[in-house]
Amino acid sequence: MANDATSQMDRRGFLKGAAAGAAGAAAMTVPGVAPVEAEAQLPDQARPAFTPEQAAQALAPETAPLPDEPDGMTVVDPGSDFMVDVLRTLDFEYVIANPASSFRGLHESFINYGGNRSPEWLTCAHEQAAVNIANGYYAVAGKPMAVITFAPSGLHHAMMGIFGAFSAHTPTYILVANILDGKERRPAFDWGPHSVVDPAGAVRDMVKWDDTPQSLQHFAESAVRAYKMAMTEPRGPVVLVVDATLQENPTGDRSKLHIPKLTLTSPPAGDAGAVAEVAKLLVAAEGPLIIAGDVARNEDGMRLLVELAETLQAPVQGGGRGMPNQHPLSGGGNVRTADVILALNEDGLYGRLNRYRDQQVRSSTPLTKPDAKVISISSYDLYMKGNYQTVERFQEVSMSIAGDPQATLPSLIEACKKLITPDRRRVMDERGKRLAAASAEALERARLECTYGWDSSPITLQRLALEVWDVIRDKDWASVGGGANRLWNVDKFYRTMGAVNGGGIGGSLSIAIGAALAHKKQGRFCVRFQPDGDMLYVNSALWTATHHRIPMLFVMQNNRAYHQEVMHLQRMANRRQRGMAVAHAGLTGSTISDPNIDFAQMARSMGAYAEGPISNPKDLRPALLRAVERVEKGEVALLDTLTQPR
Amino acid sequence: MRLGLLLLIGAVVLASESLHGQAAAAPAGNAETGKKLFVERACWQCHGLAAQGGGIAGPRLAGRVPGWPAFSRYVRRPTEEMIPYSTKTLSDAELADIYAWLRAIPAPPAISSIPQLNRK
Repeated sequence: MANDATSQMDRRGFLKGAAAGAAGAAAMTVPGVAPVEAEAQLPDQARPAFTPEQAAQALAPETAPLPDEPDGMTVVDPGSDFMVDVLRTLDFEYVIANPASSFRGLHESFINYGGNRSPEWLTCAHEQAAVNIANGYYAVAGKPMAVITFAPSGLHHAMMGIFGAFSAHTPTYILVANILDGKERRPAFDWGPHSVVDPAGAVRDMVKWDDTPQSLQHFAESAVRAYKMAMTEPRGPVVLVVDATLQENPTGDRSKLHIPKLTLTSPPAGDAGAVAEVAKLLVAAEGPLIIAGDVARNEDGMRLLVELAETLQAPVQGGGRGMPNQHPLSGGGNVRTADVILALNEDGLYGRLNRYRDQQVRSSTPLTKPDAKVISISSYDLYMKGNYQTVERFQEVSMSIAGDPQATLPSLIEACKKLITPDRRRVMDERGKRLAAASAEALERARLECTYGWDSSPITLQRLALEVWDVIRDKDWASVGGGANRLWNVDKFYRTMGAVNGGGIGGSLSIAIGAALAHKKQGRFCVRFQPDGDMLYVNSALWTATHHRIPMLFVMQNNRAYHQEVMHLQRMANRRQRGMAVAHAGLTGSTISDPNIDFAQMARSMGAYAEGPISNPKDLRPALLRAVERVEKGEVALLDTLTQPR
Repeated sequence: MRLGLLLLIGAVVLASESLHGQAAAAPAGNAETGKKLFVERACWQCHGLAAQGGGIAGPRLAGRVPGWPAFSRYVRRPTEEMIPYSTKTLSDAELADIYAWLRAIPAPPAISSIPQLNRK
């Protein structure tokens, strides 16, 4: 019949009808009868002649009253709506993800039920970038961003970012969707069969806590517990496995569900007796030295560290964002001459107190005086895992106090002040004058160092840093990674990021974007010095920055190599006394050239303003001014600058 | 390598220079050849193409080259982190060329001539 009819139809009518019929076939086909829409396109003479009975039979399925959804076609209270309500109580500002069907329920709830507000959904093209954007956001905002991913693939992509969070004590909050129940899995063509029996097990060695809730009430309690655990010192990432079926099934009786109230645990201060003993040693010391790791969580932490240093007139080495870098007591002192060394959350203490030589026979010798007292106040002693280790060799200390430094500083400062006699005050003030003079000399030396290689091409890192500083110094700026040197006046807590880690090369770009996002609402001008090797790992993060209008300036440190590895290979070659013929170019496998990568073009392809490559230092300033103008209009800008490696 | 360690290296080198002074004169070297060797033998990898140093790896050598005895001794038997160069990888004559170039590097522009270093 169809063939006969087709022969009588005009071509346009046939194609239109065929297309409509094909599209509607799955839903409207009646056995033995042509699809209704296709039939409607037939000319009159081609319409089949139905008897009234046949017509009634054909129309019956369409005109009968709808059944009571025996197959569960719709749902009005999906479990994921409740999950969104739970997560909203935790005050997430953002949730970030690369979309995946295992959390389609949760995704839809965030957008349509939650209105894509508090948290707002951020789109990311790779899970490693998503976790690292969250890591960078925390480093500035001081609170977690939620990341959603799925098992197994997304979680595996995310693992390096999770390792970075673990290494830097970052409380990133990770939701991992999974389809555990075998009968609920979708067919293979829809990626449905992918499932993991214990997805959190893949990252359990590098997260602080995880759980796999089996009910919505369980989810509510574990979601709050996870947040609390993540934010308790020492902080760390957490994982919550979110079952897809739990997301998509109805919530049921809401009155039976309860969302627990979040009460964060206050950080532990060091034991009062031990603190008093530390104060005695510090006040009596002739050459005290403070070595500070990631001490400050906020401006108050910076204020406290400065107050301790000024009370004792003691130099502070390190300090991250806990110490203004141009403070007269910042950066001075000497491990070799110090008689009392106070280490605060310093997880690299061995490296600071010992001289290490990476020659054929690796060796290390103590730098400290034999009778020097080394005191550690650290929350890191309260929590450690065995499999993934980020510790140096074991450092002996004289006193070890488990406690959060920022929480301990008020009582330590108070105890010191009570012990300082007028005589000790005079000694300390004299010491302070000497340290201030040394600090001024060091700053002057830093200015001098910039002049060497000033006009070199490729551009020296010192000139690059200074040129950037010169165009941002009068703005409310924030460094979101790398490059800033002593000439930058890091006078506020938020100027730098403190401890943050992407789990190795490849995480820094995303971390910077997350940090810039946290700075955005304050309108701060964010700048990032971006190495080329790192850029090549997950450069799609740039698109997340442009897509979500996160203004920031990237200044490339493009040395066209994995230069640290170049130096390591050269060390091997020298040690083995060979390979000098190719030394100038870097050994095979450690350079990024031939062809050179056009990072400006890469950035432009993702919607950023970009210029480069720039190799003449004289071209830097005008390019920087153009880029700054674009960033201040709300854009992402990138300058591909060719630099010397070190 | 930490900055403190680098400063220490510089201090050791300079102290050694003051001890030895110019008592032992450097062998004659060709500065032009030395400039090429500084690149070809990978010195630039840590010290920079202008021997400007950088604080992360090798310290600055431009403008503060120690006396020949201290310099040559340190290159052969570094007491800190520097990569050692044996005579098999860098002959005495080649090292002298590099030394000559390091000594010949012109002084940098004065701080006062660089506006970026003088803004308050």
